[in-house]
Formats: sequence, C-alpha cells, structure tokens
Amino acid sequence: MTDIKTIGIAGAGTMGAGIAIVCARAGFKTRVFDLQEASLTRARAQTEGFLRKSVERGKLSPEKLPQIMDQWLGTTRLEDLADCDLVIEAVFESLPAKHALFSQLHAICPQHTIFASNTSTISITEIAGGSGRPDRFVGMHFCLPAQLMKLVEMSPGLSTSEATFDQAWALCEALGQKPVRTQDTTGFILNYFLIPFNNDAIRLVEQGVAEPADIDLAIKTGMGYAMGPMELLDLVGMDTQKLLCEAMHASTHEPRAACPPLVRRMIAAGWLGKKSGRGFHTYADNKMYGA
Amino acid sequence: MNTTYQLVNTGDSRSFPTSHAFLEAASAEGAGLVLIGAEAGVALARVQEVAKRTFVAVELGNECLGVHTGESRGQEGSNVVGFARFRLGQSDPSALIELVRQPQTRAEALAAARAAFEAAGFKVAVCQDFPGRIVNRLIRPYLNAALRRLDEKLATADDLDKTLCLGLGYPEGPISLLERTGLADHHDVTLDLYRALGQEAYAPARRAQVAKLRTAL
Repeated sequence: MTDIKTIGIAGAGTMGAGIAIVCARAGFKTRVFDLQEASLTRARAQTEGFLRKSVERGKLSPEKLPQIMDQWLGTTRLEDLADCDLVIEAVFESLPAKHALFSQLHAICPQHTIFASNTSTISITEIAGGSGRPDRFVGMHFCLPAQLMKLVEMSPGLSTSEATFDQAWALCEALGQKPVRTQDTTGFILNYFLIPFNNDAIRLVEQGVAEPADIDLAIKTGMGYAMGPMELLDLVGMDTQKLLCEAMHASTHEPRAACPPLVRRMIAAGWLGKKSGRGFHTYADNKMYGA
Repeated sequence: MNTTYQLVNTGDSRSFPTSHAFLEAASAEGAGLVLIGAEAGVALARVQEVAKRTFVAVELGNECLGVHTGESRGQEGSNVVGFARFRLGQSDPSALIELVRQPQTRAEALAAARAAFEAAGFKVAVCQDFPGRIVNRLIRPYLNAALRRLDEKLATADDLDKTLCLGLGYPEGPISLLERTGLADHHDVTLDLYRALGQEAYAPARRAQVAKLRTAL
C-alpha cells in the first residue's frame, strides 16, 4: 500500500518518458515537467504510440488507453509539481543541474513530498545534499526502456530515513516494478558490473585476442547470455560508454573502469555503434552482420 | 576438405567427460588428429610426422598452446591448434569450443579443425593463444567482483543475482552460478589466470579462497 497519489517526473527525455508511462499506466496522476514544450509533445506522442501497441498486442484493454492518457499531464512550469507526493528526477547527468532543480522543487513542494533521482552514475547522497531534504531523498534507478524493464535499483543515501525508503519501495511495487536494494555506490549493481565487463571485452579486441564476432559467439554459447558484449556495446554506443567509463573511473579509480583507448579512436572514426551503422559490427537496414 | 580425424584419449578429459558424437566420429584412418585428456599436450610430443596431418588439435587446460608447441619470435604456428570445450566447474560442458590459433597457424588446418567440431554440433569461436582464451578471461574478473561486492554488502546475494538476471537477461546471477558450479573450481581457474596475467582483478576473491581451503579439511 502507498499513500502516494500523484507523481512528478522531471525531464521528458527517453528515461523520463519511459518512467512516466510506468506511473500513468499504474493509475497514478503523472505530471511530466520539461523546460522544452517540444520534448513534452514528443514524449506524449511516444506514450500514446506505445500504449496503442500494447492494446494491439492484447496487453492493455482499449478503454484503458484514454484513461491513462488523462492521467498524463505535461507542463513546462515546475510550479505545477506542487501537488506531487513523489518527484522522480530524470534530467541529464550533472550534479549542479540536479541541485538547481531540487532546490527549486524544495521551495515548491510540500514537506511530505519524497524526492527521487534516476541517476545512474552520480551519488544519491551527493544529489540529496543539495536537495534541501536529504532525509526524504532516495535513488530509483530504472532500466532502459523503463516501460518494458521491471528492474528498479533503489538506494538510500547516507541521510535517507528508513520511512522514506520504505514508502518509495512500496510505491515501486505499486507501479508493478521489481525493486532491489543496493548501496549508494558508483554504478549501483548493474553498471558496476557491466561497464568494466564491457571494457574487458573491448580490451580483448584491442589486444587482438579475438574478433568481435568470436567474442560474442563465445559469451552467448558459453554463458547463455542473450547478447554478446560487442553487440551490447554497439547498442549502448561508444560515446555513451566513454561517458559511463569517465563517471565510474573518476569515482572508483578501478583499472577495469578506465575507458579503453580503442573507444576514443572509434568515436573519432565515427564508429559509434548501431546508430551510426558501424561499431564493432557493421549494420545496414537495421540488420546485423558479422555476428 | 578432409575433416576426418583420429582420436587419442589420454584420460580425464574436461571437454569430454562422457561420450559425444565428436568422439564417435573419429576413425583410425582419419587424416587429422585430436588429442584429448589431461595429458594431451604430453601426447603431442610423441606424435610422429605431425606435419603430415591435416590438423592436430590438442585439448588445453588453462595453459597456452605455446607450452606444447614451443614459440619463436612471434612467428610460431603450424598445423597444430589448441581447443577447450567451455565448462564451468563440474557443470555439464557447453556447446562452445574455443579454438586456439597462433600467429602463423596454417589457415587450412584451422579450417579443417573448425569443420570437424562444427560437424559434431559445436559452436566454434577462434582466439589467439592468450591465457583464459575468451570466456574465462572475461568472466573471472566479473565473478571475483561479485564475490567481493557481496562481502562489502553492496546488496544481498539474492538481490545481486536478481539485478543481473532482470537487468541484463543473464540466465543465472553470479552468486547462484558460483554456488552451483563450485567456488573452489573458480578459485583454481582464476588463480591460474592471475599468475599468467598479473592483474589484480583475477586474484581469487576471499570467498573463493575460503571455499578452496575448506576442500582440504
């Protein structure tokens, strides 16, 4: 059970839009804030498109679609989040930007409102420290795409009260998600293991141990993984992998988290991954070759 | 391409603990030669006229192929290839053959060995002659990190496993996988790689060391 009725989402990018779908679909009044009207328009259209597909696939009853869209309220005014019981932040990964957002929200929202961050690389305690209410602050890291992935990594900061964490946990379950509890350390669980693992795979290519297609085949066949590391990196994108490495290595100094030089060379060559048609594999017509 | 082969079984093969179509397909007149078992590398030294074979495939443990063939100036390579069927601890061996080549390995020999394994239903990944080949080289640091982070209370064992299964679609989380396949075995493999590579990430995690010491009790 949860007392939370209205949820605010700050940032209508890919993650924010996905989290908003989860909230509205679960029956919560969902207020989506973004400074850009165009981002809101796009997020709303994507939401409607996603839900229509859900109806076509029999995962959602047709009469639910307009009800969910009625719960989805976009705004460019932060003041409109004043009636939210929980605000989930999903803006870009910048500590000053997140502090600025939360200090404004702190002035707007009532005392009981819980603040949450969907950050993947910044410390929850550090963001909470500039929020005005570190005891009512919690990490809620959704996976991409949030509307399809059930996992949410939930982290208490050093100052987070157990009552706040419990409320946020109950809300997460009420959303139909599957929360796990993790410490507030860099990368939480998923990225802590994934970023260095992917770097290790890149280093095998760098060192000439094996070709990307052989690495993918070996990991998929030997470990039963659905996707090999090189295929996954092509989806993540070299530019994103570099940012993830920089964030993780800067805070942990673990050698495996350091960005392999090959990533920088691939970025310079325009081999960003699937989105640019070439990464560790070559892509055409969205089909995969060499794997 | 002639992909027939003779088989020499020196016993205690990790790749083939039980009978398999690949072993049954061997014939006394085979043009290639497959050496399996714990002493496969030793057996290679006794093979007459190695060069006349279409290929010679030597089952490897955690060691490099060069231990058995010798190496010279980065120009080593012949018709001798190494292989191992990937297997975690005492679990059933997988369908993966890691096929090990050297810089100057003959392309026809590599192709013939690959075809022989593929004919028996294996997936074949080719790699150069480095410690741990592909899968062990990649997963041992990950498994050590999982054990270390469990000690550091990043999350419970169940939540660690659940996160990697739900978040990345892994069929099994690291803690459950190590419990099922043997922490002491993980210790032995990762210690070999630590000695070979000298990187801290391969040093056996505390829980693996404990499990190893307990096997001696």
